[in-house]
Amino acid sequence: MKEKTLRILLPVIAVLLFLIGWSVYVRTSEVSAFVLPAPEQILLALSGMIADPELWYHTRITMTEAVSGFAIAVGLGITLGFVMARVPPVEWAAKPFIVLLQLIPKIALAPLFVLWFGFGLESKIVIAAALAFFPVFSNALQAFKSVDPGDRDVMTMLQANPWQRFVMLDLPTALPVVLTGTEVAVVMAMIGAIVGEFIGGSEGLGYLAVMHLQNLAVPQLFAVIVVLTLVGLALYAVISQLRRWLTPWHVSVIG
Amino acid sequence: MAFDQSPQGPDIVVSGLDKVFGHGEAAVHAITNANLSLERGEFLSLLGPSGCGKTTLLRIIAGLEAPSAGNVQIRDRQVWTAGRRSGEATRPISMMFQEARLFPWYTVAENVALPLRIAGVGRTERMARARRICDTVGLGAFVDHRPGQLSGGMRQRASLARALVTEPQVLLLDEPFGALDAMTRDTLNLELMEVCARARVTTILVTHSITEAAFLSDRVVVLAPRPARIVETIEMPFPRPRDLDLQRTSGFQNMVGRLRKVLTEGAA
Repeated sequence: MKEKTLRILLPVIAVLLFLIGWSVYVRTSEVSAFVLPAPEQILLALSGMIADPELWYHTRITMTEAVSGFAIAVGLGITLGFVMARVPPVEWAAKPFIVLLQLIPKIALAPLFVLWFGFGLESKIVIAAALAFFPVFSNALQAFKSVDPGDRDVMTMLQANPWQRFVMLDLPTALPVVLTGTEVAVVMAMIGAIVGEFIGGSEGLGYLAVMHLQNLAVPQLFAVIVVLTLVGLALYAVISQLRRWLTPWHVSVIG
Repeated sequence: MAFDQSPQGPDIVVSGLDKVFGHGEAAVHAITNANLSLERGEFLSLLGPSGCGKTTLLRIIAGLEAPSAGNVQIRDRQVWTAGRRSGEATRPISMMFQEARLFPWYTVAENVALPLRIAGVGRTERMARARRICDTVGLGAFVDHRPGQLSGGMRQRASLARALVTEPQVLLLDEPFGALDAMTRDTLNLELMEVCARARVTTILVTHSITEAAFLSDRVVVLAPRPARIVETIEMPFPRPRDLDLQRTSGFQNMVGRLRKVLTEGAA
């Protein structure tokens, strides 16, 4: 068989075998359906939920929170990363705060944010942004610092103003590394939004998961996890596509 | 330009230039009391071994590195005022570096057009001018390629095109063809010489190749390391236009011999 066919066929077979094994295990063992439902039960629950507009409503809420938080994190992370890379005193002054904030498990701040920003969308957006910020910021800081001095000499000789330097040199240089940071950040933003919904609130997929848990609707709980995974996958795909559009010259796209 | 209000004096004047890196015990003199004067259209080479401060000298003239003492004048404008470069004084300069320094996110034509873009020339005009100059340096077929797809020689051609697209009055060259094979290097040097002569560009070339310096220059300034200083300035009395046959004449060979002698004595 050709390598290309195998590359498509093998993962499909592996996943199917896993699902069949799961199904067989649930049927033959003593495990309760409350603890681990069979995959076909989950699929059934999922198809029921897909027909219900309620799922789409909650999905939209979670996506709004995650994407908004992500956008704030990206904007803030790139801006602060650039400023600190170009004005070292700012970095020296901010260093203790950065180290401290990086060491705090940011999830632990989530209840605090709910306290400060309420039970609505805002607190979830802030939690998502807080979690997504560091991967963008630290990558941006490193990337902007590593702009080649020789390339900067070129811009100096061409009498480029600060804005032209940023748009024509700094940003394109940093973009591949910053995009790598955003790949992590988008996952973190999803986690932030869901955790926020766990803690408090009455909408979103995280809230839906908690509701199904309280009702012991375990297949539905699994179905929510499947939906969450699909949402994460979609967001990740958007970033990958962005990489192709924004950095078509880079090895990460060509290679 | 039809009504060039160029000053009557020399194009570039370097006076009493000193450069010290570091402080106190660790201080290293990179340049000691350098004085130069170039007439409009003159081609001057800075020739010397590594560590003689020739690149530092060129970077100070370009306004990329501040001098410790002394100053540079380009067309009667001071490049340095209290350690700050003057954008106005350095405006007539184009510079080429050891590496091509093209930006991989732009095509060859966009790279060549970059100086015009920064100067505010509209897209249609600047791309037309970039394509025209790419044609003259033999890059016509590669304008839509990305720099990564070009050979080293082609990349330096593009870099040369970028340096020439603004029709500069002063060209500063920091061993731009040093990493290329001898044949490509000869071809590019001939093109460079032709362009400089036609547009009467005042040029300073940093090189460690004796032949290159002798072949291209009106005058060669020989530098020596430790302490870095100018040893001697020697006229290259060969008529222009020059071609590669010049390098086989005994007059040229004698000059190369003389330069080598000055170089070795300076280094000793």
